[in-house]
Amino acid sequence: MLQRLRENKSAQGTLLALPTTLWLFVLLIIPLVLTLVVSFGKRSPDGDVIYTFTLDNYVRLIGYSTDCPNGQAACFDPLYVNILVRSLTLAFNTTVLVIAMAYPLAYFIARAHPKRRNLFLFMVLIPLWTNFVIRVYAWMMLLRKEGAINVVIGWFADLLNLPFTPLEMLYTPGAVLVGMVYEFLPFMILPIYTSLEKIDNSLYEAAADLGANALKTFFRVTLPLSMPGVVAGTILVFIPVMGTFIVSDILGGRQVILVGNLIQRQFLDARDPTFGSAASLILMVMTLIVTYFYTRKFGFGEEIVAA
Amino acid sequence: MNPHRRSPLVLAATVLVYFFLYAPIAILILYSFNASRANVKFEGFIPAFSDRVVMEGSMVQSSPCGPFHWYCDLSRNNDVIEAAGNTLTIAFTATIIATTIGTMAAIAMQRYDFKIKPFSQLSLYIPIVIPEIVMGIGILTLFSQLFGWANTTFGLTGDARLSLGMATVTISHIAFMVPFVTLVVQARLQGFDKSYEEAAMDLGANEWTTFRRVTFPMILPGVLSGALLAFTLSLDDFVITFFTNGPGSTTLPIYVYGLLRRIITPQVNALSTVWILIVFVAVLLLQWLQSREEKPSH
Repeated sequence: MLQRLRENKSAQGTLLALPTTLWLFVLLIIPLVLTLVVSFGKRSPDGDVIYTFTLDNYVRLIGYSTDCPNGQAACFDPLYVNILVRSLTLAFNTTVLVIAMAYPLAYFIARAHPKRRNLFLFMVLIPLWTNFVIRVYAWMMLLRKEGAINVVIGWFADLLNLPFTPLEMLYTPGAVLVGMVYEFLPFMILPIYTSLEKIDNSLYEAAADLGANALKTFFRVTLPLSMPGVVAGTILVFIPVMGTFIVSDILGGRQVILVGNLIQRQFLDARDPTFGSAASLILMVMTLIVTYFYTRKFGFGEEIVAA
Repeated sequence: MNPHRRSPLVLAATVLVYFFLYAPIAILILYSFNASRANVKFEGFIPAFSDRVVMEGSMVQSSPCGPFHWYCDLSRNNDVIEAAGNTLTIAFTATIIATTIGTMAAIAMQRYDFKIKPFSQLSLYIPIVIPEIVMGIGILTLFSQLFGWANTTFGLTGDARLSLGMATVTISHIAFMVPFVTLVVQARLQGFDKSYEEAAMDLGANEWTTFRRVTFPMILPGVLSGALLAFTLSLDDFVITFFTNGPGSTTLPIYVYGLLRRIITPQVNALSTVWILIVFVAVLLLQWLQSREEKPSH
């Protein structure tokens, strides 16, 4: 038997990949199928799942209702649709801001002296590996009324003899946006750096020889060649922002409710896993659609591994 | 054109972004020395050493540890010590298993053709393209349905009842770690010169000896950096742990999250600072391994 296995390359490959494949099958594929099944179910009075087939949860997500306040036959309550739109908008805004901040830094590192590049990259990694929850906490300390930002603005106001009332920054949509940008910035810097670093110097020389100025070189050479990095970074930022609930929980208070918060509450406070599962599937479908169209347009770079 | 020429605009943006990255961390560390227990404003450092802690209102006047009062306070917090122990136990166990099976999978994906290969490849990409919360609640549903069924079917009661805990967190961590280990090791295998192995075989080594003496030493830096990446992912994880932990399996991120919703003393800042220092050392180690990987000794 051992002899036969030694000759059968296909069986060897299957055996080597089997533990991982099984593990991922049980803990990824089965849970996704279960989520789908549960989303068609009904909530029992004590918060359990009754397995049946109903689209009620999806109808509720869209906001369609036949139980209307002023006696109409049917009406729409955009509560949940608004949450979805808010999450999409936030993910989009975060991604755009993160690209705008990450690109110059990645460009700087890629063009720095090779000996110093590792140090600069190392400086990007430190905040990345500082725990996610701790980073949200840091912004809580900065943004609150008595926090460091207001203190510093207060100093300047004093210096210029201007009146100053501390700004209310915590528990606003802006606070959530800043928190998200801070959390995910390193995920954009690394892949952009990886694709910028690959660009051969001779291309810049060729562009210069052909008479291109710095701006033209950037738009005709640098930017197109770094697109795989931007695409990979976008995937690494957009998807987690869509599903994160801690940032909005801590920095947004009850003001900013995202899909992540909605799902989390259905599982822990409201105890309606069927509705939570439906919301979770919609979230997954939304991110997959965005990722699909985005990668189809720009390709799927290997830069994703770099981060 | 000088390739290292810098535009002042890029330089200014770089300085600003680094400032943005580090200012919150600097503030976080500063507040770990705060004399004010309320920790709302920074009220200065704790000024003096003394035999016992002297408080005036919410201000610490002196402490046996002086300015490092909150670090000493932290070292006596049993909840933190338990959470740290849990975090490390989970990270170590999950890393060992994920690295082993992930490396095997990487070799399979890179070197072999087999029937379920497309399926394996697909499942390796799933954790990257779906939000973590989707995975988290899916796993929670799986465990709660499975345990509910098992507990009633087998009539399990008391301590025998299956429930969320260290095991469920560890098993779930392995699931999101494996794809990263596989990707890192696969990248290492891609740049691997097969002629070394062929030479070993020509010299009469069998497949196992070739693997042990040639292949494994050469991919070892890749395996180690995959393991270290997996380890840090596990330490950092909040979402999956949030949905799969139970009584007695609180990890540090979960513990800190719990505190953020209640009263926060500078002890949390001391904890964060210690954490940052540990991470700093871990990243240094990772960098060192990667630099070794770039210039193989063979």
